[in-house]
Amino acid sequence: MNVLLDSLLELIRRTSAEIPDDVHRAILTSLENEKKGTIAESAFKIIERNIGLAKNKSQPICQDTGSILFYVDCPVGFDQIAFTETCREAVTLATRKGYLRQNSVDSITGVNDGTNVGPGSPTVHFHQHRASTLQVRLMLKGGGCENVGAQYSLPAEKLKANRDLDGCRKVILDAVLQAQGKGCGPGVLGICIGGDRAVGYEFSKLQFLRLLDDRNPDERLDALEQDILTTANELGIGPMGFGGKTTLLGVKIGVANRLPASFFVSVSYMCWAFRRQGVELDSALGISRWLY
Amino acid sequence: MKILQAPFTEEMMRSLRVGDEVAINGVVYTGRDAVHKYLHEGGELPPGVNLRDGIIYHCGPVVMKEANGDWKVTAAGPTTSIREEPYQGQIIRDFGVRGVIGKGGMGDRTLAACAAHGCVYLHAIGGAAQVLAECVKRVRNVYLLEKFGSPEAIWELEVENFPAVVTMDSHGGSLHAEVLRHSQAALAERV
Repeated sequence: MNVLLDSLLELIRRTSAEIPDDVHRAILTSLENEKKGTIAESAFKIIERNIGLAKNKSQPICQDTGSILFYVDCPVGFDQIAFTETCREAVTLATRKGYLRQNSVDSITGVNDGTNVGPGSPTVHFHQHRASTLQVRLMLKGGGCENVGAQYSLPAEKLKANRDLDGCRKVILDAVLQAQGKGCGPGVLGICIGGDRAVGYEFSKLQFLRLLDDRNPDERLDALEQDILTTANELGIGPMGFGGKTTLLGVKIGVANRLPASFFVSVSYMCWAFRRQGVELDSALGISRWLY
Repeated sequence: MKILQAPFTEEMMRSLRVGDEVAINGVVYTGRDAVHKYLHEGGELPPGVNLRDGIIYHCGPVVMKEANGDWKVTAAGPTTSIREEPYQGQIIRDFGVRGVIGKGGMGDRTLAACAAHGCVYLHAIGGAAQVLAECVKRVRNVYLLEKFGSPEAIWELEVENFPAVVTMDSHGGSLHAEVLRHSQAALAERV
């Protein structure tokens, strides 16, 4: 019996089938706020019913079980190679059990071998820390919302966006406009201001590990997050782009230094079917607590 | 709520307008990126697949094989339709398709094909894989499974009370175009 394998399998099952509480609360609030008798309200009702069904049946919330992204905070000296091997094993097993769709395709041949394991899948990000605790977070990010992510290079003349926070605001709101309908709204934005192209997108996704109702400790970024959330919800895009009051459930912004020559704003979009969970593992690698 | 009961006739589809909520009863065929590209390039429909007066569902379901050998759909929400925009109009025309189920809406060419050939775009709720899987009563068959893999195969599904909203009709109406126009104007006032 492999305790770590069982723990990771349970993490995958629960991530795929259960919406985290913080996201569920936000969806319930949006349902209450939506105008009664509209197709937007109907959409929210189906979403809410789906969340309950998936949990009760222990089945995927969404059939696109997405890119499989592990984020691991581990002590110094932790065997990352062995851990990654077990992640791959857990993913194969979870796919066989139907927690994950056969979702990984060879980009050259188009062949889907049905295991979900291959170059870049799953992806395991390690972060060493001085503490002795081991925490594993998992994000399953579907293709619909991944496709509407966008990276802007400032200045962006068409949008009159200069190299300042107002320019960032303009391109981020443009991303919301462009994403309408396609990314299964209401969604959540994870944003990185700065970085190179790769770091920008990586940091933007890390923002999804934050709790939806937390506040940014940086006052300037906090103000921008609140402003974008409010403004986006005034655009009338609504759930699934049907028109309505809730276009976004949250906005999370991180920042990285940039080169003098570059100014990227990277926007990742997460759909309402926001699948992320996390566990802390004990010394025997069993689950000692859930993080969300 | 309007009931769309197979066979799906032109008259039935022409009677629908943007904003109508419908419940679909009958057979739908899944088909997404690989199938659309394949048909566009002249690929033949496998024997047994009949899209005339039929419905294509942009969906890559999770399907499990049960102990008795039957297939069971365990998750089945729509995928983003706009990727099929280069192909959809032609497929509606050539195969006599009456309905396209998907999410996110489609563009001008598909809208024109809906008007010309009596077809509608039926928007299902993205991400609602369980609610929609419950509407799939039986998997009748699967085609091109080996060639394209499970999510991209053509699954022949019997659905009951499958909920969707007409967001593009056969009279030139598109909710997507309308929401885009309004939201663009609202944004222009705020930047």
